[in-house]
Amino acid sequence: MYRDSRYPFHQLRREMDRLLGGFFAPAAEALLPQVFCGQPAVNVWEQGDALQVEMEVPGVKNDQVDIAVANGELSITIHRPEVEESDVTYHRRERPTGEISRVLRLPYEINAEQVQAELHDGLLRVTLPKAESAKPRKITVSGV
Amino acid sequence: MSQETNSTAKTAAEEPASAERTRSGCCYRPNVDILERDGDLYVVADLPGARSDSIDVKFEDGTLEIQAAVEPMASEGRTCLLQEYGVGDYYRSFQVSETIDAGKITAEYADGVLTLRLPKAEAMKPRKITVETKSNGLEESEVRR
Repeated sequence: MYRDSRYPFHQLRREMDRLLGGFFAPAAEALLPQVFCGQPAVNVWEQGDALQVEMEVPGVKNDQVDIAVANGELSITIHRPEVEESDVTYHRRERPTGEISRVLRLPYEINAEQVQAELHDGLLRVTLPKAESAKPRKITVSGV
Repeated sequence: MSQETNSTAKTAAEEPASAERTRSGCCYRPNVDILERDGDLYVVADLPGARSDSIDVKFEDGTLEIQAAVEPMASEGRTCLLQEYGVGDYYRSFQVSETIDAGKITAEYADGVLTLRLPKAEAMKPRKITVETKSNGLEESEVRR
């Protein structure tokens, strides 16, 4: 990217990145399959009478997602299998594979029957409608 | 929120030296696998949230550029409770040292994963050259006899 000699500092930075990167992470390690670690990041918001949970799960198919709601917790497990092929030479492997899961404590009661999940363009969205008891109720003040 | 080393954390994209972005918002660097199969180069990139019509792939002078515009999260009518990842465009470029037949590059997009196939130019493909043994037919037939 920064091959132009008009950008000497970019070039220097690149050179340093290359040198230090090569020192801390041996090249051979970069070619091993990346395994999921930590927790998958989620975005959670409330829209209308439902809680929405979204997660980025590129390359994951419907049957590789496990979603469960129990005891006031939502748990999502995704599984991205490692594709081991013969006659393939890897030059770079950054896309993690394996299994990763996340458990979220739900802030209120959920109508478990109505929970929906959809996968679209590598995004998983879970819609959890509030239970009747958790919906806000307007109480009218009756005059005497 | 735990900010430990996380394989799923997104990294910001490096801006191309020659241009600055006109759109505001963060730009992310997609994770890629680069592999070689049957003499073709494959670039597999994770672009979750990108729509197939918003992905732009360019190959020019040995530089492969992947760009994808992603709509920022809508905020109307939403009460954000937890935001652990950002949503934004994707950008990454590669210097391809092999000679690629640019006319034959194909791109496929499914489930948030872009797969580019870059066939090597014919002249660059390793060709197996069979060594023929030249023997005197007469002599051989004589030996057999």
